[in-house]
Amino acid sequence: MTIGYWLLADQSKGRGKMKKILIVGGGMAGSIVANGLARKLNKEMNNDLVEITVISATDQHLYQPGLLYLAFGRVRENELYRNQREILDKRINFHVDPAVNIDADNKKVTTESGKVYEGDYLVIATGSRIMTQSIPGLAEEAHQFYTPEGAKEMRDSLKDFKGGKVVVNVNAPHKCPVAPIEITLMLHDYLKENELLEKSEITYTYPVGRVHAMEPVAKWAAPEFEKLGIKAETLFNTKEVDGKTKTIISEEGTKLKYDYLVTIPPHKGAQVVEDSIEGAKGGWCPTDKKKLYLEGKTDVFICGDTTNIPISKAGSTAHFEADTIIDNISSLIQEGTMARDYDGKVFCFIETGKETGSYVWFNYTTPPNPGLPTKAVHRFKLAYNKMYWLSAKGLL
Amino acid sequence: MSERTLIDARGANCPGPMMELIATLKLVDIGDEIELLSNDPGTASDVPTWCEKVGHKLISKTKTDDHWVLVVSRSK
Repeated sequence: MTIGYWLLADQSKGRGKMKKILIVGGGMAGSIVANGLARKLNKEMNNDLVEITVISATDQHLYQPGLLYLAFGRVRENELYRNQREILDKRINFHVDPAVNIDADNKKVTTESGKVYEGDYLVIATGSRIMTQSIPGLAEEAHQFYTPEGAKEMRDSLKDFKGGKVVVNVNAPHKCPVAPIEITLMLHDYLKENELLEKSEITYTYPVGRVHAMEPVAKWAAPEFEKLGIKAETLFNTKEVDGKTKTIISEEGTKLKYDYLVTIPPHKGAQVVEDSIEGAKGGWCPTDKKKLYLEGKTDVFICGDTTNIPISKAGSTAHFEADTIIDNISSLIQEGTMARDYDGKVFCFIETGKETGSYVWFNYTTPPNPGLPTKAVHRFKLAYNKMYWLSAKGLL
Repeated sequence: MSERTLIDARGANCPGPMMELIATLKLVDIGDEIELLSNDPGTASDVPTWCEKVGHKLISKTKTDDHWVLVVSRSK
């Protein structure tokens, strides 16, 4: 018997009392947390001292970064999905039953079917959703690649595009902070490859006063855009889109004509979070930035896009946060104390065109410093697109 | 009565203080205030300029030892 196993059995009222871990959300964050805990608590699970349950809205797991490639017809949709049950450790209970209420005080979750799930520890990893409809005219006029349906529609509509004014419109807040630059550069390459570049003009709009939130990325991207003839309109927060005149208008008063409008839509957290969790404005849970628990509740953890931490909403953020939560919940169960802090680490690949890529990483104390684009990084990114499934299984 | 929302964006490299402010302004009611903490020097000048351009009200801007405190009221 390990020390951790002995402590668990000894600390419980009544030896061998089972600890239940309930995870809401079967995306990247929820899957990594579930599989990582199953690995760290292997002996406890095998001895029925720990039970892990995942509740998800769907039985399919989508590799979301792949949607960028789907929008250009470079991958097929079915390459982006895996069966969620097969991703999870077989000892984990898995239920496809969307959550309709989360009672954080009592760690109880009510689902669409009317069932109530309880846990000693609760992990909320319900992700984010696009809010294209929150800006008048945007949903009707703009193409987007943040959903499979949107990415396929963009792929098909691009085939009909014969050249003209292209506007890539970025809104706040959004998931995947480098996606706006990636889609812009990939659009440029697409138009060039299809001999439409001479007949087209790309304008990129961004909410703050430079072309990217990260200053080093902006310093790299701005001259890159200039070199490629891509115009940038900064301090542009979308007010409305007028489909009749094909004009997009900003809160700052700028008007831009377009023939083909691509949007990085504003996002919100899950509706169930917005409705259930006190203080979760916009569906973002008030989260301790180091321990990753819901403010005031040390046995309810928040992972991935669902946090309100002022940090990138990205897959790598979810991954690094998940590693911290796995260590802390397993340590709480085995040793009665949390193990470590999350340091704010984020790592992002940046596709800088069809054949080159770069990357950037940072944390709470180290500012970002992107590397020079190379073919090698692009090839590694393509390899990671396949390796993702090992991450979701908690093996990478 | 107006509410005040705190954004502690000290050390926020991405999306950064200004983006957090813009995103949060969409979630509060007109008249509500946002208190933004930032150690990014650019934010201290960018936020007032943007507020003036868009029409939100900058209530105050204070420099402490290692960061700025900016209070913005949603005006529209």
